[in-house]
Amino acid sequence: MIDAVVALLRKELLLELRAPQAVPAMALFSITTLVVFHFALQRATVAGDLAAGVLMVTLLFASMLGIGRLFAADHEEGGLEAFLLAPVDRSALLFAKTTALFAFLVLLELIAVPAFAVLLLGPSPSAGALARLVVVLLLADAGIAIVGTLVGAIAVQTRARDLLVPLLGLPLLIPVVICAAKASAPLLAGGGAATLAARWPLVLGLYDLVFALLAYALFDYLVED
Amino acid sequence: MAAPPAIELRGLTRRYGERAALEDVTLALPAGATLVVFGPNGAGKSTLLRVLATLLRPHAGLARVLGGELPRDGWSIRGRLGLLGHSPLLYGDLSARENLRFHARLHGVGEERIEELLTQVRLDARAADKVHTFSRGMVQRLAVCRAVLHGPELLLLDEPRANLDPSGAKLVEPLIGAASGATRVITSHDPAGGLAEADLALGLRFGRVELLSPAAAIDAERIGALYR
Repeated sequence: MIDAVVALLRKELLLELRAPQAVPAMALFSITTLVVFHFALQRATVAGDLAAGVLMVTLLFASMLGIGRLFAADHEEGGLEAFLLAPVDRSALLFAKTTALFAFLVLLELIAVPAFAVLLLGPSPSAGALARLVVVLLLADAGIAIVGTLVGAIAVQTRARDLLVPLLGLPLLIPVVICAAKASAPLLAGGGAATLAARWPLVLGLYDLVFALLAYALFDYLVED
Repeated sequence: MAAPPAIELRGLTRRYGERAALEDVTLALPAGATLVVFGPNGAGKSTLLRVLATLLRPHAGLARVLGGELPRDGWSIRGRLGLLGHSPLLYGDLSARENLRFHARLHGVGEERIEELLTQVRLDARAADKVHTFSRGMVQRLAVCRAVLHGPELLLLDEPRANLDPSGAKLVEPLIGAASGATRVITSHDPAGGLAEADLALGLRFGRVELLSPAAAIDAERIGALYR
């Protein structure tokens, strides 16, 4: 199965490299949203709870665009059928799509987080707080990638897929926003907290694990007739 | 003891919602033989191929393909069949070689087979070009390569010569023609041409079997009547 995952992942990254769609769309959306927040909040800088909320909501909404595009090429060009005709475990597609979406989200954050720091964030967090923020974001990315792959696989089978992605994805990802915002709020307060309370990252990790198991159990039924 | 048929259907039914796309289809096709399926648009030809390809589940009846029962044994059958449908199942933003390499890895096929096929259908000079720059005939030739890449025992061919000019059709003949040695199920709208390569002819209308006969026992006129 590893060969199939590698082949699928390579194809995903090659397609995004050849005809960039998901990452540019998510990055532009996130920057635009941060600019809107900048004016709508009517303040030059934000910190703590508010900063965490703004960052997580921006990343979550931007991720909806990536989830919506995740199966688009397969749907439009018959790639999903081609995969279903191959004698490989259906989970290979789940692993490849989840990893690809995770990589796209990391790329998004490499653009969106510095933009957030420039446009809205108050005092810069310390290097330690920044490192802990990266851990929180990676855990959130894993949750979004797993749930996003499930939602994308459901949505691509329907005509209303552009509507279905946010309708299904946003409610399912509310726990990710809550945990990530709670965990990152102290890190984005003036100077940044010296330590990261274990509770919220642990809950995030548990969420990721539960949905990973759920996705593994359900994926075959979602992609097959 | 006689060899089991490559395809055995008994009362096969497949619905889309309330509408039966295939109803009570029964036939047997020996290994190495060619079944040509005729019928007007919407008769159920493509649905039949998709059921045999394990992409659609039968809703009733028995479907046995290459000794395995569908959908239960779909897993073991997939790697032994090749489907050439209306969609080429190729990514336009990947090159011809990248597309075949992707499929080869899914089927566990080596790199040398890719080059052999590209040369055979005379796409080797364009192998590094993106597929969306190809003409429809070139895409069809590449789709044939994709379908036969893993040397399938059963070929499911939905109007396989569509978009091919005579020279293109000649190039793919050794891969999907009788010389391929595979058991073949072909859909066709060409009564004379279809009958010429058929061992068994099936006529479908509104998902039902209107005609099932050894090809030698019927003529093109009888097939033409399906379309009136």
